[in-house]
Amino acid sequence: MSTRVFIPGDSAALSVGADEVAAALRGVAEERGLAVEIVRNGSRGLFWLEPLIEVATPAGRIAYGPVASGDVAGLFEAGFLSGGPHALCQGPTEEIPYLKNQERLTFARCGITDPLSLADYEAHGGFCGLKRAIGMTGAEIVEEVVQSGLRGRGGAGFPTGIKWKTVLGEPAGNKYVVCNADEGDSGTYADRMLMEGDPFLLIEGMTIAGLAVGAAEGYIYIRSEYPHAFRQMSRAVEIARAAGWLGPDVAGSGRRFDIHLRLGAGAYICGEETSLLESLEGKRGVIRYKPPLPAIEGLFGKPTIINNVISLATVPVILERGAAFYRDYGMGRSRGTLPFQLAGNVKRAGLVEKAFGLSLRQLIEDFGGGTASGRPLRAVQVGGPLGAYFPATLLDLPLDYEAFAAEKGMLGHGGVVVFDERVDLARQARFAMEFCAIESCGKCTPCRIGSTRGVEVIDRIAAGKDPAANIALLQDLCVLMTDASLCALGGLTPLPVMSALTHFREDFDRPQAAAAE
Amino acid sequence: MPGQSTARPELRRIIDELKHLPGALLPILHAVQEHYGFIDDAAVPVIAEALNLSRAEVHGVVTFYHDFRRAPAGSHVLKLCRAEACQSMGCEELADGLRRRHGIAFGETSTDGKLTLEAVYCLGNCALAPAAMLDGKVHGRLDGERVVALLKAAGVDA
Repeated sequence: MSTRVFIPGDSAALSVGADEVAAALRGVAEERGLAVEIVRNGSRGLFWLEPLIEVATPAGRIAYGPVASGDVAGLFEAGFLSGGPHALCQGPTEEIPYLKNQERLTFARCGITDPLSLADYEAHGGFCGLKRAIGMTGAEIVEEVVQSGLRGRGGAGFPTGIKWKTVLGEPAGNKYVVCNADEGDSGTYADRMLMEGDPFLLIEGMTIAGLAVGAAEGYIYIRSEYPHAFRQMSRAVEIARAAGWLGPDVAGSGRRFDIHLRLGAGAYICGEETSLLESLEGKRGVIRYKPPLPAIEGLFGKPTIINNVISLATVPVILERGAAFYRDYGMGRSRGTLPFQLAGNVKRAGLVEKAFGLSLRQLIEDFGGGTASGRPLRAVQVGGPLGAYFPATLLDLPLDYEAFAAEKGMLGHGGVVVFDERVDLARQARFAMEFCAIESCGKCTPCRIGSTRGVEVIDRIAAGKDPAANIALLQDLCVLMTDASLCALGGLTPLPVMSALTHFREDFDRPQAAAAE
Repeated sequence: MPGQSTARPELRRIIDELKHLPGALLPILHAVQEHYGFIDDAAVPVIAEALNLSRAEVHGVVTFYHDFRRAPAGSHVLKLCRAEACQSMGCEELADGLRRRHGIAFGETSTDGKLTLEAVYCLGNCALAPAAMLDGKVHGRLDGERVVALLKAAGVDA
């Protein structure tokens, strides 16, 4: 009997040598005449331990990491195939506190199964949500999603069920389900991890959406920076189609639903839903005016559900376990769980799926273990490049949509980037404006011109030129961009800028202090 | 070699294979760039005619997206992530190192034509920052030495 060894095929694991480890492992096993079956699973999300390999033993899966190809021979010496002790041994995977203390609903299966095995998917609860949805009316499915309290996980936090209800209410005809997999925010990787580690879940969620609103076609728009996720998703769609989970007769329901993939071409703005639709239609990713909402006039002018990967991938568990089960997690109006993504200068970076309501401090200190450099933490940016920078004094803020909005920040897609004391917040504010200038679609003036003026004003402040007047000008510009931009890019770029100015004013005053000396 | 691509029947073949797709322009441009390494200006009117678009529309799309290039890149392309998570782990120092060793800034190709350096804003590898993509493959936990080793393994010496 061969021993099963799991080595992630996730692109983050590959980026630190998972393929080399797999090759070395296969080589040593052959040399020693040992029967080993290597499964390329998704990542468990414990990235500081990647490549994290696991061995299936009678006592459960035992984890070893981070493993380099040079460690492989030693692992065999230590008898790792039966869970033997070794310096890299992390014990039973499920008992690692980082994982054990999570509440994994959306990521329940990621890292456990072979992502491209339908049998594995079904053995771990896959398609239960879809099977239940097949027996329900569209209105019943939509009501279940409304009642769950699920809000858009892409960043805007709009209630998913309400979007669906609007599309359901449109007259029958061509309708579309579009999955926004243009995960461009720095510090976020949950979409990528899910598409690589549990792609059938996204397919299941999209199919339920299609059944709910009477759409027969779905599109997944994946950013080009994720070539591996694109390949993995393509294979998963083909496998699902060949097995009858997609196509003219979804799982024998007599209903049609199929999924097509499209690759982005490097444009942050295409994460904005109307810009993404333009791009899918083969045009420049210039945003559209709203109204009309995409739910009424979306892709190719037809009613369209457009949701983030995580929103769609959370629908199956809601259908399987019921709205109340999901709604029972969370706080206030933030119901359920969010896969938070710890990144940047943090000791234990990784994916932490938890109910809303835990504090930033619990996330960064208890899970993350503080900074990677060991220096004091100075700032945390939450919610991607359009999210606010918070100082260490605000770490007790609960992770909740409304609590973050009250502190002039946002949760966004759940990315948390940690910076140590070496960070210069005036420089980060400048970067926010510069990034907006690089990525602006150009449709509205506040974003297109304002961002470039913003860089110039911050440069003048940094050079110590008439600082009081220029800081007032920067604040004025931020108000204008917030109020007058057409979409969230120009409208939210002031968040990182103003939070830097509010909480880290000393970084903007430094040039004057230097000049006065 | 400007102009050559239009003379090649492959361009027609690529277009014919994909033009039935809804929103076919991006898939076609990706396929053209994959085949030729860049999108020649001379290919624009051919694509425009096949899709019943104006040249301006096709040109507009080619120039809107960061991925599409209108001239060939070096034999190897290094896309270094410059977004916040990688900033927090010192990506700008890696950029400085590349500038010193290869004499190139972002958007430039080394004089021997071997290396093009590009900025990218997030590769989704933020937990293993700093990250970069060399010829389509992502690498994480980079430092100056690892970047040099990766480039050497690809045949790029400073």
